[in-house]
Amino acid sequence: MITLSGVQKSFGPNRVLRGVEMTIAKGQSLVIIGGSGTGKSVLLKCVLGLVTPDAGTITLEGQDVTGGDRNAFLARFGMLFQGGALFDSLRVWENVAFRLLRGDKAMPKDQARAVAIEKLRRVGLTPNVADLFPGELSGGMQKRVGLARAIAANPEVIFFDEPTTGLDPIMSGVINALIREIVVEMGSTAMTITHDMSSVRAIADQVAMLHDGLIRWSGPVTEMDAASDPYLQQFIHGRATGPITSLR
Amino acid sequence: MIAHVLAQIGRPVLAVLAAFGRVTLFAFDTIRHLLSPPFYRREFAVALVQIGWFSLPVVGLTAFFTGGALALQIYSGGARFSAEAVVPQIVAIGMARELGPVLGGLMVAARVASSIAAEIGTMKVTEQIDALVTLSTHPMKYLTVPRVLAATLAVPLLVAVGDSIGILGGWLVGVSTLGFNASTYLKNTTDFLEFWDVASGLVKGAVFGFIVALMGCYFGMNSGRGAQGVGAATKAAVVGASVMILAANYVLTRMFFTS
Repeated sequence: MITLSGVQKSFGPNRVLRGVEMTIAKGQSLVIIGGSGTGKSVLLKCVLGLVTPDAGTITLEGQDVTGGDRNAFLARFGMLFQGGALFDSLRVWENVAFRLLRGDKAMPKDQARAVAIEKLRRVGLTPNVADLFPGELSGGMQKRVGLARAIAANPEVIFFDEPTTGLDPIMSGVINALIREIVVEMGSTAMTITHDMSSVRAIADQVAMLHDGLIRWSGPVTEMDAASDPYLQQFIHGRATGPITSLR
Repeated sequence: MIAHVLAQIGRPVLAVLAAFGRVTLFAFDTIRHLLSPPFYRREFAVALVQIGWFSLPVVGLTAFFTGGALALQIYSGGARFSAEAVVPQIVAIGMARELGPVLGGLMVAARVASSIAAEIGTMKVTEQIDALVTLSTHPMKYLTVPRVLAATLAVPLLVAVGDSIGILGGWLVGVSTLGFNASTYLKNTTDFLEFWDVASGLVKGAVFGFIVALMGCYFGMNSGRGAQGVGAATKAAVVGASVMILAANYVLTRMFFTS
């Protein structure tokens, strides 16, 4: 279980997170929604320790994420980045097997390559992409490789940062379905940030809406459409008018 | 009015001092990570080839033309007090002590600091550095340490090759244009050159290599967002490395040759 309590983060005068309170139950898929610039990515990076919160605590199974052995802690996580964040200088299979080839539990190269090819197959890619470089792949294929890398070491918790941004609707549907399948199959806890409502409906067990640095609404995805919160309703229906103001 | 003028002067001075402090802390951090495992051998080998081997042509050409031009300058300048004969000795000492390491360092700064800053800056902008962290890999160990160590080892070798090619350039000009006897020119060079002339240049090369890679990594890691941020980081890395090489050269020369 991941618990966030009173998490605050500012960048200069800009208070991005103002005291976020949130719990993600083990094995659940939580999707955080919210407009651009509301701090969704910052929140996710706080959980991973890529950004240090100014105040508040974040715990995984009761253990503070900022303490203890960082490498052991991070080994429990997998992450799919918005742009894939694949390493340009490494071949596709080396990207997928990056964690498997390094660290205390490093595998022999042949074994790591076999695991990488298996994971590539799991996300719908054929073994012949294994020796290509990321620059030779389409955006959708890069996302799949990123997904294969995220699940390569069978993590307990997987983060997905805007998994369908920049993809066409069909490829978005494919990625959403893959994420859902993999999360269920592996029994992992998942935290996804997105503003794509089709992703929310495909991936989420639970939904939390981040607005103005706070969790505005949270609940099961099945209750989202019937919720009375005007902010949530404006967001999920994409209305230009409502309590959420935007520059036009 | 005076306070305003002082503030205008003080602001950039403070900014430069703060930047120098941050670079110094980054250097200590790099050394700390260098001394603790893990060490990424493959990344080190790649960096060694990229920095050392691929810089050879540019360093060699620079040294060759500099050695030739130096021979011409010393000959024409020396003629004013009938000292044309010292061309081999001055070319050798000039290349080994000063021009080999400084010009080699500057050429490597232009080629390598820019490339390291652009590469790491792009990695930062595209979240590849965040990805490294999530994959339990420290960016300092994976990106900075191999490059800094490779440059520190490769640049002295480049300087040694550059010194030889520079002296060869001077020899070619001396023999073909200035009427020196080929073997006498070489004998004068080898007889006059002392161990410390060459060794001091190699030590300078190691320091300049450290500076070049350090500045490339520092500005890459601290790159701003987007193409403009990476461009600014690249420019700052080359300018910073060049200025620091010239400043370090003065300090080292003073340490080595004034007693």
